Amino acid sequence: MEQRSLADVRALVKRHEKPARTGRKLGEEIFFRSLMNIASVLIVGVMGVILISIFYKGISTFSWSMLAEDMGSGFYLNRGGGIKNAIVGSLYLSLSATLLALVVGLACALCMNVYMVKFPKLLNAARFLLDLIWGVPSIIYGAFGFSLMVFLGVKTSLLAGIITVALFILPIMIRAIDEVMKTVPAGLSESVLSMGSTRSELSYKVYVRQCFPGIVTAVLLAFGRAVGDAASVLYVTGESSKTPTSLLDNATTLPVAIYNQINSPYAATQDKAYASAFVLTLIILIISLLSRYISKRYQKYRIY
Amino acid sequence: MNISNHRRTRDRVVTVLTYLAMAFVLLLPFALFVGLAAKSELLFRDNSLGHLLFSSQWKPSSGEFGFKPFIVGSLYVTLIAMLISAPICFLSAIHITQYAPRKVAKIVVTAIDILAGIPSVVYGVWGMVFVVPWLGRIAAGLGIQSNGYSILAGGIVLSIMVIPFILNILMEIYRTIPKELTEVSLSLGATRWETIRDVLNRKALPGILAAFGFGFARAFGETMAVLMVVGNVVKIPSGLFDPGYPLPALIANSFGELGSIPEIESALMFAALILLVVVLVFNATLRWLIIRVEKY
Repeated sequence: MEQRSLADVRALVKRHEKPARTGRKLGEEIFFRSLMNIASVLIVGVMGVILISIFYKGISTFSWSMLAEDMGSGFYLNRGGGIKNAIVGSLYLSLSATLLALVVGLACALCMNVYMVKFPKLLNAARFLLDLIWGVPSIIYGAFGFSLMVFLGVKTSLLAGIITVALFILPIMIRAIDEVMKTVPAGLSESVLSMGSTRSELSYKVYVRQCFPGIVTAVLLAFGRAVGDAASVLYVTGESSKTPTSLLDNATTLPVAIYNQINSPYAATQDKAYASAFVLTLIILIISLLSRYISKRYQKYRIY
Repeated sequence: MNISNHRRTRDRVVTVLTYLAMAFVLLLPFALFVGLAAKSELLFRDNSLGHLLFSSQWKPSSGEFGFKPFIVGSLYVTLIAMLISAPICFLSAIHITQYAPRKVAKIVVTAIDILAGIPSVVYGVWGMVFVVPWLGRIAAGLGIQSNGYSILAGGIVLSIMVIPFILNILMEIYRTIPKELTEVSLSLGATRWETIRDVLNRKALPGILAAFGFGFARAFGETMAVLMVVGNVVKIPSGLFDPGYPLPALIANSFGELGSIPEIESALMFAALILLVVVLVFNATLRWLIIRVEKY
């Protein structure tokens, strides 16, 4: 056998103690970790930049009188006026659309989770179809709503907008409610049914109560989407410079108003677009805060 | 049966209504498709499908409807958006789910929630006020003729809009990977990053690709923000600083002025139909793939 000197052995051990790989491993780890940190910082940074610039531009051009006045004629031609009718129009539209979508959507989610659990294949097919329409962009609902209006021979109105937006937010609402109802343990349904309740009672009395926080979050999520969306109602609600007083009136919504203002050739009208964008962002942020608060608050009424 | 008549009737009525609501919703995708297809039928009387999709001639007044500039414009803007947002989402998803302390993760998640809530029009306003002038200056510095309204501006704004969407899916995917995989890999002496690279990413790969696919479909149909910054010139863009005219922008822009002429209305419905088919095919394929992968 070959004799090794102590020095040789020491050198060998040293080489193995400090393999070259460790340095590379560490380097790679540090490299990717810093890339990840940059990515996350970038996201938070972009959010900050957008919010700050919208608030900065908006607050400097905002005046309270904007909230109190209707547009009046020639608003986009720099003849003064506020955005009250657009805000009220948006709220009418979104509230009614959300209510409509809730009635249909809640029934739909209950149907899947209480009735259709008996037919797993059918249930999977239904969820598959729902996933498909979940991704359909709002402009398609706008186009569909418009063609439906032409087909039925009705004119642009708040009502047409409500129906279009309700269709658009329906998949969003159903999915959000379904996600919550999926988590209800089977034991709850079993015990309720074994106590002699009917399936409809199980649905509308037990499930609705158990999933209440989730339903509220879903409603607010859908409401936020309804308030912020412009593409679906661009040509369905028509244009109006007055606050709508009936379902058959034309109505302007806030996002559409912003779009029209910023495309106006007058600088003063464009300034109002910044202020309106600020108002819209504020409304959205309030809804989002509210939804967090409510879902936390009602969490304690769940049984499980 | 010990159940009162009253309760039984009520149960039946409610059950029927509930199933009706379900049927209504499930018919919706078919209704959308049939409605749009029926409206675009008029366009097919004079043009073949191939001609409509691959011709670049867009002269509505003389009955020439070539959708190629719009389709290509849409693809470019969406691809730019995906190239920007995909790496950011990928890295940030790993960061939030694997590395970040709880407080940091909470801050990033809140930022994503806020970004997700900001309406499209507000992104558009922001893009017009900040991104477009900034790109205009860069273009001037590079000696390119451009006022900043370009497919690059559209891509940048769009990339920010899809980040929350993609990131939420990615985070969900990383969170559902069993903890044991990480534990085993770490205990075998792999570093944190090696575990992520060789174990987690391999496990998550189908999901990651699906998330990017869903992001693509989502970005493809985004309308208002893109419409406001992309320039809207009917021409196939030849550079990043060239203006483009994506499909959704076409639909949103021309309804008001042209909606009264039947042929043009039919063309716009066809544009919506292309959009719908692209989104549905994308989503259906990805869903199907996910279901296949989950089985194994």
